[in-house]
Amino acid sequence: MGFFEFLGDLLPKLLQATLVTLQLTAGSIALGFVVGIFLSLGRVYGPAPVRWLTGGYIAFFRGTPLLTQLLLVYFGLPPYLAMIGIRISPMVAAVIGLGLNSAAYQAEYFRGAVQSIESGQMMAARSIGLSRLKAIRHVILPQALRLVIPSWSNELIYSIKYSSLAYFLTGIRELMFVGRKEALHTANTFQVYLVVAAIYLAIVLIVSRLLATLEKRTRVPGLGIGSGQADRRR
Amino acid sequence: MDSRQRHTLGEVVLRVENVHKTYGDNHVLRGVSLQMRRGETKVIIGPSGTGKSTLLRCINQLTMPEEGHVWLSDCEITSPKEDINCARAKIGFVFQSFNLFTHLTALSNVRIAPMKVSKMSKPEATKLAMMELERVGLADKADAYPAELSGGQQQRVSIARALAMSPQLILFDEPTSALDPELIGEVLAVMIALARDGMTMLAVTHEMGFARAVADEIIFMEGGGILEQGPPEDLVRNPKHARTGEFLNKITELYGE
Amino acid sequence: MSTILQSLQMMVERGLPTTILLTLGLLGMGLLMGYPIAFLQVYGPRPVRWFCHGYEQVFRGIPAIVLILLFHSGLSRTFGILLPAFASGLLALGLRSSAYQSQIFRGAIQSVSEGQMQAARSVGMSKLQAIRHIILPQAFRLSIPPWTNEYSSVLKDTSLASAIGVHELMKQTTLIYTRVQFTRGVEWILVILILVALIYWVLTFVGNTALGYLEKRTRIPGFETKGQVDR
Repeated sequence: MGFFEFLGDLLPKLLQATLVTLQLTAGSIALGFVVGIFLSLGRVYGPAPVRWLTGGYIAFFRGTPLLTQLLLVYFGLPPYLAMIGIRISPMVAAVIGLGLNSAAYQAEYFRGAVQSIESGQMMAARSIGLSRLKAIRHVILPQALRLVIPSWSNELIYSIKYSSLAYFLTGIRELMFVGRKEALHTANTFQVYLVVAAIYLAIVLIVSRLLATLEKRTRVPGLGIGSGQADRRR
Repeated sequence: MDSRQRHTLGEVVLRVENVHKTYGDNHVLRGVSLQMRRGETKVIIGPSGTGKSTLLRCINQLTMPEEGHVWLSDCEITSPKEDINCARAKIGFVFQSFNLFTHLTALSNVRIAPMKVSKMSKPEATKLAMMELERVGLADKADAYPAELSGGQQQRVSIARALAMSPQLILFDEPTSALDPELIGEVLAVMIALARDGMTMLAVTHEMGFARAVADEIIFMEGGGILEQGPPEDLVRNPKHARTGEFLNKITELYGE
Repeated sequence: MSTILQSLQMMVERGLPTTILLTLGLLGMGLLMGYPIAFLQVYGPRPVRWFCHGYEQVFRGIPAIVLILLFHSGLSRTFGILLPAFASGLLALGLRSSAYQSQIFRGAIQSVSEGQMQAARSVGMSKLQAIRHIILPQAFRLSIPPWTNEYSSVLKDTSLASAIGVHELMKQTTLIYTRVQFTRGVEWILVILILVALIYWVLTFVGNTALGYLEKRTRIPGFETKGQVDR
């Protein structure tokens, strides 16, 4: 099989699977974003029990492997969900698992951003009569959202890579899963994996570039985050 | 308060000839030349950005000039054949921001170069280091880390560090500009004592009190070149250029004395 | 209850040692390879720097699972090189860790202020001496906090080696719950998974504490380990 034949046969299947990967990524990071913001606001502004709970959540999802978490959602939960009549598809399970994990990290990034906004901002907001909630919504959040962009970009990249773990959950035809299937059908296993790797790499590089441009565009003079609070992970 | 000593001046220790340095479009040094004899103390003054620091760094080759030559005693240190580390060991440099090695105690800061560069044994180097620390009045702080010392103390340790290599001359790059006003005095006192002991010193500073006390010559730089130079009284009383007088008035206003 | 204890016992006895071994192996491999690369990336000639940059990008941009399968099933099926699963896992994840660790160390080297190098050169030290006696000791201390992160990451990565059959914690766990779901019921899967999660959490905690201790021991009095300001 010639090289181009080989690619021509392989690429369409992989690219189709890539779409699934991107869907997974989008779903998980969106879920992570929403849950993450609530978690971090709870951590920073909430009463003690809320801070405890959110702290526990974050510790759990950061201190244990993603694989364990995915298996928990995919295999561990359904029996209990079935008891209350809920059934979730593999895709939904994957998005939930990945999303809840991402939420823990995003919560920390966001918390760092919120805490690095000077206390003067909150004081000023309160002193012109805004309630705490309104102050958070109109003064703190807009700034925090800008500050968190670099870390969030980071998280997006990681989400792309972590979507590959959906491979462990049968039934989701994302890039890794399809890649493996193709790889095991041929003796050119190494080459197939190489192509899979190249595709991931390409996505990561393109997305990084795009995010860097986005960062430049949304930069506000004088607003910058201090030494990276972001909890680096893979 | 003119107590400038007329010590016997020795042979030429430093010769700088026609040094040029450009950063991008900025022609910072435009053909500067000067000379120092053993035991001389010279002070360079001038508006910021005129290349005073750059000149010092060209002398000890932390920065490479595009054109020009520098001689240390008989040895041309700008020639590529010369071992630059050897030359730097013979020239002391005191930085505006002290740059003490943060992970080492004061004593270790002073003795590391004699040990690693001059290959002295540890006991010898320690003895030497303690001597220099005493000279700058900080023998009791030998085991302190830089972060535990005040700015003035850090700067004095950095002077001791330079002295430990028995340099032929010491360059000072605005040694007191980063210090709180109360701490400037202790550093200047050390520098004055050094000058009176016969050390060859070239200092970029605004401290006119220091200049008047021990400088043999003040060099006024502007626009990348030396506008005027001469003994302190001459420059203060009869500056040949109006700019010199203006500048001197301004720093006397700002810095007193 | 006895199921819980039995499962825990099996996890600890059969899965834990491999996980720990793999973690330590990865950290070590990452260290040995990552630090020279960081060093070369900061001080090396341009082509070398480009290569190191590329190395980092590649091994950080490719998902771990892809690398693992590449080195195990890829090598064996295409080139006939059959590595034991542990070795493939070590190799693949080790290369990844080295890319991350080189980035950590590079950041640390670069955050040692420029003035330190200048001062070292000005007392006559050669570049190499300056790096060895002045830059590196400081960079080492600066790199401990992010390295603690890396430990945590590597520990979690080891779970992926279960994909190629390495008998570490996760593999052992899946074996347990696949059996338990038949003997005790499907609801037990959750329980088993929570148990292993606890074990991982304990490992993370122990490691972080140990590294925190290391950080305290090597602390320079008065010196902040988070980015110093030279003045």
